[in-house]
Amino acid sequence: MLDTQAASGQDGYITPDGRKIGGVAMEMRNITLRFGGVVAIKDISFDIRWGEIRAIIGPNGAGKSSMLNVISGFYHPQEGEVIYKGYRRPKMRPYQVARMGIARTFQNIALFEGMSVLDNIMTGRLHHMQANLFQQALWWGKASREEDENRAQVEKIIDFLEIQHIRKTPVARLPYGLKKRVELARALAAEPSILLLDEPMAGMNVEEKEDMCRFILDVNDEFGTTTVLIEHDMGVVMDLSDRVVVMDYGKKIGDGTPDEVRNDEEVIKAYLGVAHE
Amino acid sequence: MLYREAGDFKTSYVADSQTFPIRFDRYGYYFLLGFAFLVMPLVINDYWANAIVVPFLIYTIAALGLNILIGYCGQLSLGTGAFMAVGAYGCYKLMTAFPELNIIIVIVFAGFITASVGVLFGLPSLRIKGFYLAVATLAAQFFLIWLFTRTAWFYNYSPTGMISAPTREVFGFPVTGPRASAVSMYMICLCFLVVCAWLARNLTRGSLGRQWMAIRDMDIAAEIIGVNPLMAKLTAFAVSSFFIGIAGALLFAVYLGAAEAGEAFGIDKSFLVLFMVIIGGLGSIFGAFAGAFFLIVGPVLLKLLLVNGLGWPTDLAAHLEIMIIGALILVFLILEPHGIAALWRTIKEKLRLWPFPY
Repeated sequence: MLDTQAASGQDGYITPDGRKIGGVAMEMRNITLRFGGVVAIKDISFDIRWGEIRAIIGPNGAGKSSMLNVISGFYHPQEGEVIYKGYRRPKMRPYQVARMGIARTFQNIALFEGMSVLDNIMTGRLHHMQANLFQQALWWGKASREEDENRAQVEKIIDFLEIQHIRKTPVARLPYGLKKRVELARALAAEPSILLLDEPMAGMNVEEKEDMCRFILDVNDEFGTTTVLIEHDMGVVMDLSDRVVVMDYGKKIGDGTPDEVRNDEEVIKAYLGVAHE
Repeated sequence: MLYREAGDFKTSYVADSQTFPIRFDRYGYYFLLGFAFLVMPLVINDYWANAIVVPFLIYTIAALGLNILIGYCGQLSLGTGAFMAVGAYGCYKLMTAFPELNIIIVIVFAGFITASVGVLFGLPSLRIKGFYLAVATLAAQFFLIWLFTRTAWFYNYSPTGMISAPTREVFGFPVTGPRASAVSMYMICLCFLVVCAWLARNLTRGSLGRQWMAIRDMDIAAEIIGVNPLMAKLTAFAVSSFFIGIAGALLFAVYLGAAEAGEAFGIDKSFLVLFMVIIGGLGSIFGAFAGAFFLIVGPVLLKLLLVNGLGWPTDLAAHLEIMIIGALILVFLILEPHGIAALWRTIKEKLRLWPFPY
């Protein structure tokens, strides 16, 4: 059983399964986000530690996706600040946030439908390619070299996620489950420090869910990628995550290990529901 | 059975991502290149050059340019005619201001001038999308044409208001002006087209091309994975206008010889190139060739068939020609909304498995 006191210390903690969790990677401080009169997020603070799988759960409309959008720079909170790698992050455009090593997937798949799987994943490696317009136009020097180096990296991810057979297929032709996997591949291709997953299991069957769980755990294990996860499948959340934030109506109502959250009165009332005898 | 990829294994990523991965395609392409460079110059005559081949080559360059903007980056533009005019007037001003400068350099510079004008008129694309952007580029079309017809400086105060290309030579052969021969006109346009197609292919296969396509397919997702929309859209406008400017310069200097902005580069030119791109296939280099072929060569072939083949009177044939081309466009778009390039792709996919499709 994990002690929450230890988790809030500076040097991280060891998970029950023996993984070492590092210091604070990102800290949300008193975030408040309003859309006109509607308060989507109200004064929420929590931290994300290096190497952990952090889940955000809550009923529909609780503000989970808004929170992810704040992290990825798509929304700018009216109050509060985001501390990333020890520094207060200034107001940034989403593409600048992406360049700082934050990649994400979307609740409703946001792949580039007109491109092949390979091109989609290669797009994720954008920041690892520096050739300028003229080098690319002449396919000279850096341009062709980078293309091959990055292709090799992308192939590793393709192997890792077991999508070799659909490499050249246009994304529009893929079934839903595979699209979700390609989207994960695209996010991974950026070699992110923090990976944000917005409902990665939504609409999947049991088998696909199991696959996806395995991939998320493997990614965390092999690359040590810090993962922030929104998910409604409680079994998945409780199994995968190291710590869980619970939100309801834009407020934080719980934060802690899966066991702590599961037994929290308020969380049960708001979200998990009471078991009827 | 000639056309297949079975047994054609690739052992490196370079080989796997080449332009023509299937051997038969590659040989077909080499054959076409050889034919265009070695055989065509021997057989081409004035009629074929003026009626078919030179306009086909020039409009293919324009279609390549517009295809990058619309087909790859998803930004609708109706200003093609005006951008061609910028290329033409830029070329004219450079030709007359620096008579010693080689015409090839002049045309490339005209392309760069058009690229910068294109970036300027591409700025609204950061705020507005789709049809609204089309209307904004339409404003560019009318404004630029108005500018070129009203400002005498652009046509060097010539009393007719026309610009006419003086004679310029490449390796001693006149390529512009009245003394230019069919072969030299053909060769300079062909060289520009081959280089432009190669550049377009390189730009669309790499990181920049993927950024454009990402913006086209889903701009919000593109931004969140790290595409800078400002850079992506403006480079698309710049590259697209560069090609269109070169096409405009060639059209004026090599093909027409003399031009007047409103007449040669009106809104009908914008639509002509737009139709080429749509009929040929959005987001495909081959589509630019196919679309230009369909709209430039198609009418001439039809006329040859009706007048020379069936012996119909010319005026009747001219009207029927327009109707038939119009009908063909409709039929094509209903059968294959993604253009000739998509049709070609489907044929190739079928051919790969032929004769055992299971």
